[in-house]
Amino acid sequence: MSDRLSVFKTYKLYVGGKFPRSESGRVYEVTDPKGKWLANAPLSSRKDARDAVVAARKAFGGWSGATAYNRGQILYRVAEMLEGRREQFVREVADAEGLSKSKAAAQVDAAIDRWVWYAGWTDKIAQLVGGANPVAGPFFNLSTPEPTGVVTVLAPQDSSFLGLMSVIAPVIATGNTAVVVASERAPLPALSLGEVLATSDLPGGVVNVLSGRTAELAAPLAAHQDVNAIDLAGADAALAKELEIAAADNLKRVLRPAAVDYTADPGTRRMTAFLETKTVWHPTGALGAAGSSY
Amino acid sequence: MPIAPASALPEVTASDQALRRYLHGLPGVDPVGLEARAASLGTRSIKTTAKAYAIDLAISMIDLTTLEGADTPGKVRSLAAKAVRPDPTDRTTPATAAVCVYPDMVATAKAGLQGSGVKVASVATAFPAGRAALGVKLADTRDAVAAGADEIDMVIDRGAFLAGGYLKVYEEIRAVKEAAGSARLKVIFETGELSTYDNIRRASWLGMLAGADFIKTSTGKVAVNATPANTLLMLEAVRDFRRQTGVQVGVKPAGGIRTTKDAIKFLVLVNETAGPDWLDPHWFRFGASSLLNDLLMQRQKLATGRYSGPDYVTVD
Repeated sequence: MSDRLSVFKTYKLYVGGKFPRSESGRVYEVTDPKGKWLANAPLSSRKDARDAVVAARKAFGGWSGATAYNRGQILYRVAEMLEGRREQFVREVADAEGLSKSKAAAQVDAAIDRWVWYAGWTDKIAQLVGGANPVAGPFFNLSTPEPTGVVTVLAPQDSSFLGLMSVIAPVIATGNTAVVVASERAPLPALSLGEVLATSDLPGGVVNVLSGRTAELAAPLAAHQDVNAIDLAGADAALAKELEIAAADNLKRVLRPAAVDYTADPGTRRMTAFLETKTVWHPTGALGAAGSSY
Repeated sequence: MPIAPASALPEVTASDQALRRYLHGLPGVDPVGLEARAASLGTRSIKTTAKAYAIDLAISMIDLTTLEGADTPGKVRSLAAKAVRPDPTDRTTPATAAVCVYPDMVATAKAGLQGSGVKVASVATAFPAGRAALGVKLADTRDAVAAGADEIDMVIDRGAFLAGGYLKVYEEIRAVKEAAGSARLKVIFETGELSTYDNIRRASWLGMLAGADFIKTSTGKVAVNATPANTLLMLEAVRDFRRQTGVQVGVKPAGGIRTTKDAIKFLVLVNETAGPDWLDPHWFRFGASSLLNDLLMQRQKLATGRYSGPDYVTVD
């Protein structure tokens, strides 16, 4: 062993492509399941949540307007960057969840594979849930999925990385932007994910990561009038009920918490939960009847 | 031309030399101290009832502005409607102080504001560059007043000012004041083009000596507009001018003030520098357009306890 001083990492939030500390200046101690101190994480306030929503709203136009192909490329780039940091995430997940190195490695690999899987969905989801509708009239009638908007994601409390990746990827793959509240007990992998996203061509603000007390952050986000949907994966039953009531005020889409095995095939449920269907009528028949050349 | 009312300090405006001697005799500005003072006043924490008061005051001080080449009568009409009733969902929201438009839109704005008490301000004198002959500038001003403008926002000739032609600038302001008649005159210095704080102080005194009812930072058309530091400097000038002459002059920062937080910082500057006498729409204004929506969203937040969003304010 050398006698170097240890360099401790200051974990910071990831908001709007930047790494701020909490506006409140607060931090809290993050420990492993046995109670050993790991690091201090920012204890975000509702103002950090508000700033994150502003950043996510600002990023929405560009991200939802990007081609599906481009979004897929960028998500794949994130996977490439994750691969390069694999060792770090294995260590963090092992610490956070009290897993052996090999089990943590399996979680990280599954998480990266899950992300790549969603990257592939970006330009295919429209074929699945959109389409040409048969209508009784001289029209083309086309339905296409559109992203809902700014989505608040309460990340799963137990699965600090695989669960996290499994809830963020489906939200942003379809063009939404996300405000993510990391697992309260194990936020470090989520905060490190911010560093990966910042170096992966993902525009700032598409994903914003907050750490802190889930209940404290979720309440203003659920009531926020500029948030369009909320994924309650990380809320317990009592909190989820309270948040769902607050979310009803501006008719947010709500994805209720459910027992999920994050290692299993997720299906498209998490993507379609945050999509709207836009239907357009195109009067081709009328043109034909009028003798138009097309 | 009738003779304009006498200057506040006649002896200093008697000749170019006297005016130059006076303006260059003003104490120099300590830029580091000025910026530090402005920054430290910006750290005051204004919360709950004080914040609610500040938000309503700020709304009532806004000169809701549209100064685009693409302004249409429809846009001006909708802006006028918004000025009268900024938040249609909450009638306790105060109206703004004025609507600020180009001279050719004054009549449209006037019609839209009829009976509301909201004033019409018009930019004039070849805004924003001010590069035109005096006759053109005066005609511009008279047009605006004839169309019903209650307030005239003029720009000074920065070229003449920077070249040291203070008397020329002084006389131009006097002439425009004359042409504006009973309309209140706001004099825009375009502080971003004056290079130094010393120049901003000189311009402030020059404007006030010439009879400005308001001194205004900027047009909103250049890179640097209203900053806390240059507004603080102008607030000191109006405070000192009133002490010396007994005449109160208003201040209007314009451009770049977009958030409630910024606006409240400016109100703190006003209170701590010029004093509570200036905490009134008659003596302090914000030249702004997007600021109003942010104030309304903050107001809704205070009223309902939940954060509002741009879907709940009108887009102008």
